[in-house]
Amino acid sequence: MADKVLTANRLSDGISVWLDAAGTWNEQLQAAFVARHKEAVDALEATGKQALADNKVVDVNVVDVEEVDGVLRPLRMRERIRAEGPTIVYAAGYSGLTATAAPAA
Amino acid sequence: MYRYDEFDHAFVSDRVEQFRDQVGRRLSGELAEDAFKPLRLMNGVYLQLHAYMLRVAIPYGTLNGRQMRMLAHIARKYDRGYGHFTTRQNIQYNWPKLNELPDALADLATVEMHALQTSGNCIRNVTADHFAGAAADEVADPRPYAEILRQWSSVHPEFSFLPRKFKIAVTGAERDRAAIQVHDIGLHLKKDDDGRIGFAVYVGGGQGRTPMIAKKIRDFLPEEDLLSYTTAIMRVYNLHGRRDNKYKARIKILVHETGAEELARQVEVEFAELKNTELKLPEKDIAAITAYFAPPELAPRAEGWASLAQWKKADAEFARWVQQNVQPHKHPDYGMVTISLKPIGGIPGDATDVQMEAVADIAEEYAFDEIRVSHEQNLILPHVALADLEPIYRGLVAAGLATANAGLITDIIACPGLDYCALANARSIPVAQELSLRFGAPERQAEIGELKIKISGCINACGHHHVGHIGLLGVEKKGEELYQITLGGSGDENTSIGEIIGRGFEPEKVTDAVEVIVDTYLRLRLDPSEIFLDAYRRIGPQPFKDALYGDKTAAAA
Repeated sequence: MADKVLTANRLSDGISVWLDAAGTWNEQLQAAFVARHKEAVDALEATGKQALADNKVVDVNVVDVEEVDGVLRPLRMRERIRAEGPTIVYAAGYSGLTATAAPAA
Repeated sequence: MYRYDEFDHAFVSDRVEQFRDQVGRRLSGELAEDAFKPLRLMNGVYLQLHAYMLRVAIPYGTLNGRQMRMLAHIARKYDRGYGHFTTRQNIQYNWPKLNELPDALADLATVEMHALQTSGNCIRNVTADHFAGAAADEVADPRPYAEILRQWSSVHPEFSFLPRKFKIAVTGAERDRAAIQVHDIGLHLKKDDDGRIGFAVYVGGGQGRTPMIAKKIRDFLPEEDLLSYTTAIMRVYNLHGRRDNKYKARIKILVHETGAEELARQVEVEFAELKNTELKLPEKDIAAITAYFAPPELAPRAEGWASLAQWKKADAEFARWVQQNVQPHKHPDYGMVTISLKPIGGIPGDATDVQMEAVADIAEEYAFDEIRVSHEQNLILPHVALADLEPIYRGLVAAGLATANAGLITDIIACPGLDYCALANARSIPVAQELSLRFGAPERQAEIGELKIKISGCINACGHHHVGHIGLLGVEKKGEELYQITLGGSGDENTSIGEIIGRGFEPEKVTDAVEVIVDTYLRLRLDPSEIFLDAYRRIGPQPFKDALYGDKTAAAA
């Protein structure tokens, strides 16, 4: 079984978040709680269901990750992009994103 | 352009307050996501990979400087300083916060803008030729009819819950710049032998996973019958369109399964009932709406010819820009300017708040305060005196908006792809950027000539890859991105769906593959006047397959 983390988008602003070991929704994948056996995955799924019902987050999913040298890496590219942000290289002179991007949490 | 009346103002304001209440109830937990999702979608709010996304309607792609400034304000205040102009002539914001969206919509309402019907199974933003009202080859301005359709279709109770979304496009010229044959309904404005205005009506075109070219079901529909005939089509679709399978629910499937002839017959039966009802458009109503779109008074500016010749002689870059991005206007002293949103290595369709304000400034000072969004993700100044081209160019250069590539290989359409979109399987924008860098040298682009590359990150085909001269479709195969290439597509009056050329290419190989295709074209074209599409139609796919894969066996693998 692949390692798994619980991810969602925060209800109020839609930002991607991951459930951390303290049970809070964290903006960093690297802070995510990793489930390595079935019982832990079941617990994640139950937590996700409850968080959706509590209207804290939306689009709740358990996703596969691997840990390489202590760094979590989702197996699917979609989830890697969700975790790391758009992969786009902005053209020279294009300051739209860098000038006004929200600071990393 | 159209101005809101009291009803329009009250209606849009009411909808903003209604949505504010819905968002408040969602955030308080009173509304669950299942109940809220259709409500937010009706107001143009999606949930994407990283955040919510707001899609703002720009009816038939027409807006003024004040509205463009508001789009800049929305980008700056509620987003991250940029927006993405789309193939439906709309704009999308990638990072708005749900709790701020009612304020954003209230701000938009102050300049007669909204996000209604930019999502959901309803009639979406009606699109039109971006050169409407200015093009020399136009029979009539398509926008009054697009506006009539907009008013008729806005929260139409019968057509707000269709089997699937519904897209209408209108063109007013023989040269189709609105891609009407890949729309659910395509309307081609024309005159009959007696000089009456009317439409050739096409139905059942579309892209997505089942690309189809629309069928013409009426050679000439008099203009007064526009709403009754369109209603007849909608009724047949609403009654018989499939609701059992989302992927078979568009009208193109109904047309395909029913047959165009039989569908036309059913439409005529409905039309006979509706023809002489309140849906018949009175001449004075058409005239009243048309008056909103009266062209600006274009004074003779013949001095521009001499100035233009001098400026072009003095500045080769300016000359190149005029050559590529300025088209003839129906008034000989004027031109239609394409402001490219495709900087070399940039993101197709994106503009920063500062750039949007620069365009608003230029439009207000030099271009009769009129701006268009093209379905090819560029901006247009439709009425510009040749005498004003030089200062406009200087302003665009200062804003990073003077790329001279309209219609060339780097004028790429690309959907947001996997960098933003929750539906995507592969990235589109980085592929467009790499192609743009590879072919970006002005001399090379000029040598290649007209060539439309269109890229979609999934089979929904928002990047119009099916009608790209070269189309790229990103798919996910074994967890990795792969790009399938189609050749020979076209979205004009001779619409064709591109043919898959062979097995797909990995991201690091797709730019090389496109270069092989381009080099093959350059080698085999009759002369530089034979553009890529014409050459492909003449020689077929085999030389390109041979060049890409070496032999037929490999291509089939």
